[in-house]
Amino acid sequence: MIPELGHFALVLALVLALVQAIVPMIGASRNRLALMAVGRPAAQGQFFFILFSYACLTWAFIQSDFSVQLAAANSHSATPLMYKITGVWGNHEGSLLLWAMSLSLWTVAVTVFSRNLPDAFVARVLGVLGWVSTGFLSFLLVTSNPFERLLPAVPDGRDLNPLLQDPGMIIHPPLLYMGYVGFSVAFAFAIAALLSGRLDAAWARWSRPWTTVAWVFLTAGIAIGSGWAYYELGWGGWWFWDPVENASFMPWLLGTALMHSLAVTEKRGAFRSWTVLLAISAFSLSLLGTFIVRSGVITSVHAFATDPKRGLFILALLVIVIGVSLLLYAWRAPKLGGGGSFSLVSRETSLLGNNVLLSVASASVLLGTMYPLFLDALGMGKISVGPPYFESVFIPLMTPVVVLMMFGPFLRWKDDDLAKAVRKVAPAFVASVLIGLGTAYAVDHVSWRTVLGLSLAAWVVLASILLLVGRITERAGAAMGARLRSITAAWWGMWLAHLGVGVFIIGVTLVGSLEAHVDVKMQNGQHAELAGYTFTFRGVRDADGPNYDAARATIDVTRGERAIATLTPEKRLYLAQGMPMTEASIDIGPFRDVYVSLGEQIEDGSWIVSIYYKPFISWIWLGCIMMGLGGVFAAADRRYRRLAAREATVAANQRVA
Amino acid sequence: MKAKFLVPLLLFFALAGFLAFGLTLNPREVPSPLIDKPAPAFSLARLDDPARPFALEEMKGQVWLLNVWASWCVACRQEHPVLVRMAQQKLVPVVGLNYKEVRGDGAINARGMALEAETALAIERAQRWLDDHGDPYVLSVLDIDGRVGIDFGVYGVPETFLIDGEGRIRYKHIGPITPESLQQVIMPKIEEVRRAG
Amino acid sequence: MKARSKRLMLVGGGVALLVAAVALVLSAFQQNLVFFHTPSEVAEGKAPTGKTFRVGGMVEEGSIRREADGLTVSFAITDTARVIPVSYRGTLPDLFKEGKGAVVQGKLEADGTFRATEVLAKHDENYMPPEAAHAVEQAAKAAETVSQ
Repeated sequence: MIPELGHFALVLALVLALVQAIVPMIGASRNRLALMAVGRPAAQGQFFFILFSYACLTWAFIQSDFSVQLAAANSHSATPLMYKITGVWGNHEGSLLLWAMSLSLWTVAVTVFSRNLPDAFVARVLGVLGWVSTGFLSFLLVTSNPFERLLPAVPDGRDLNPLLQDPGMIIHPPLLYMGYVGFSVAFAFAIAALLSGRLDAAWARWSRPWTTVAWVFLTAGIAIGSGWAYYELGWGGWWFWDPVENASFMPWLLGTALMHSLAVTEKRGAFRSWTVLLAISAFSLSLLGTFIVRSGVITSVHAFATDPKRGLFILALLVIVIGVSLLLYAWRAPKLGGGGSFSLVSRETSLLGNNVLLSVASASVLLGTMYPLFLDALGMGKISVGPPYFESVFIPLMTPVVVLMMFGPFLRWKDDDLAKAVRKVAPAFVASVLIGLGTAYAVDHVSWRTVLGLSLAAWVVLASILLLVGRITERAGAAMGARLRSITAAWWGMWLAHLGVGVFIIGVTLVGSLEAHVDVKMQNGQHAELAGYTFTFRGVRDADGPNYDAARATIDVTRGERAIATLTPEKRLYLAQGMPMTEASIDIGPFRDVYVSLGEQIEDGSWIVSIYYKPFISWIWLGCIMMGLGGVFAAADRRYRRLAAREATVAANQRVA
Repeated sequence: MKAKFLVPLLLFFALAGFLAFGLTLNPREVPSPLIDKPAPAFSLARLDDPARPFALEEMKGQVWLLNVWASWCVACRQEHPVLVRMAQQKLVPVVGLNYKEVRGDGAINARGMALEAETALAIERAQRWLDDHGDPYVLSVLDIDGRVGIDFGVYGVPETFLIDGEGRIRYKHIGPITPESLQQVIMPKIEEVRRAG
Repeated sequence: MKARSKRLMLVGGGVALLVAAVALVLSAFQQNLVFFHTPSEVAEGKAPTGKTFRVGGMVEEGSIRREADGLTVSFAITDTARVIPVSYRGTLPDLFKEGKGAVVQGKLEADGTFRATEVLAKHDENYMPPEAAHAVEQAAKAAETVSQ
């Protein structure tokens, strides 16, 4: 009964989505307030029904109702409660429902936080979001009903894919989806602006916090996904350039470009049509990512069950949403007009440069991801594009981005003196190169990659310090406290996020150059050495879990006489699917991780053990956290609230008049 | 409308074209080269009576399904209720090809196991599985080493072959049979073959 | 600076950047594409020696052998028509099994052994990697054409 209720609620949600898509749009074009006002309750009602439907599905999982096909395929009576709940989205249907739910959540957020925006504009935004929601809900109902019954019910389920039974997977998909889908708000703002022809600094200011928050979610989601891959896949890699990872990375790159482009549009009114194009593209790539993951067009390690009918449906959805948006863009964008002029040496130029570079980087990822498909389609053979391609494209593209990223903030808007700006940062720049070279020598690993990476990191750190000092000394005379208070949250956000990029680069560079790895055959009491650490094998015993059997090894790690850690990697066999799994054990430290995973047992009773030494790897995620926090600061800037309040009074006055 | 603003749209359409083509390349939809060819001949021990071999010719004159299954195969468990219902409704005779019952199971180390022991274990496991889940098959045969499976081009379990009265393979279904695929694809195919025969 | 020449410089800079990016991508493709060959193609000498490529198929029954060091593994990969010997040093993926699909990446040695640097196995219990399935299908098709 409950699954049927959930199904029915989903149908009601679709009806409300259609109402939300059509009625406010008509209201906006005819200027009828009553019709426009339908948008908010429709969106909120839709969220209620989707939430209800989602709760019903979760109920089926928690109750182990294996007459629901999805629960039978992705849960098991012995699965821990936490993974019963997360199992809801560890599959095609459930994850699409989660997609629809986060879209609806964003829409509700728009209805709540848009009280100060003009009614017609909000009506159009809600209308656009309604259309997107209509597309996804009908996709769910037509091709991927999550409440499909399995009659007669099976006695027990197949269990969730063991790879997904992990704490990291509890929060990774919701965050990632909130990020992905969050760009739909920026997209809806852009389309609404194209429809109304009103695309100005105010529009950019409204879009900015939404874009930034979506970007924060996406950053967090990607970072957690990468952390999960690091400790769960059992060989210590943290990024694989896998199609599914690329699918989330492309919108991230464009979203980053969009945030910065919006800043220029807000401050200077420039780059309008470019900003709109970025908003459309960032969301398009989110949709494309969904297509890649769900259609099975491109194979990847994230193998969900695939179905060509579903692929066709998403492709049609993609063509309609993106095609119509780009057509609208081609029609309306030429009329937008340029903004404030700027000279070649100005903050605008540096931001534009980075925007172009980020877009090119995104395009090169897209090309690398799709190229195997192109060749296959043209009958030119089967190929795969691996990490070497992406690395050899990315390093040259990102190097100027990082240099410009720290140089731009030293430039003034509109026009600046190049010689003066260069004089300001030249010592820091030279020092960075020297530090890069020196550090590479110090760690005894002089390769061009190491030197480049360390120099870039040093440049980010030094330029950040210089920037902060410059900002504090700007207002000479005032008390220190007053000076610090005069710095806005948005500025701190920018500063912290950029510094985070530097920390990230340190992690990537050092783990890339200095990591060490050895595979050894070990028996009780045997030792292995790696990077100054001694690993002693203390045997293997059974450590069965609720839904798996496991063999757990005990390995003592010492350095000289000092005990460092006792690691307990496991080899598990998940019973329901008969699927073996490697569970790594890691000693995490601020400057290095020691990572051990258990291979198979061989005939003479000894075990294959993989040992990894990963210097500075946690800095990768520390950098991501700093970037994310920077985004939080930027979005929380008081300015938005103050301006919102002022606009509310203006709008109210207009309404009265 | 200025031409340069159309560039993104055109680029997108080119991409969408490739994606549409990519969908037609779905690896699971690759037709079997054996379609409309005589099924590879085989003679294998029956599960219910291992001393008695079963050969393809015995089904001559009937339209029937050869369903490849194993107790370790997870997706088989999913399609099994569908097969059981088919048997209850007497839609079409289904012969089970039990594929690598022992050595296909990742949880068992079958290396070095004598063939007799492996066969005995396979019979025990397969029979228990059918007792637990219901036996929809007119009979099952044991493909211990998977050689017949290779002849049939099996590359994943479950797979199902539709064989006509003259012993030709007329259709191959990859993956579990679902109520939809049964109704929309397999039954119509069976009707078509029956009419033609 | 005049608006016109400024615009020209911006556009020129953009075009130069794009050209550089395209050149970069093309050269990266040229050096880093990994082609895929079926065991039959390798056996017929259609695959390059000394260049990295991928081979997919099924792991031949009874072919997995460990060397004395316990770490080097040799096995054979087949598309049911031809068999290619493979040697690999390192840990094998969890789902690597005899009789199941796998894709190996590496180089072909002069003695006809494929020295793998990477071994990819399928991701769930029932299906092969599509590349491996492709190889088996190709071999089956080839067998058909020969027998006709």
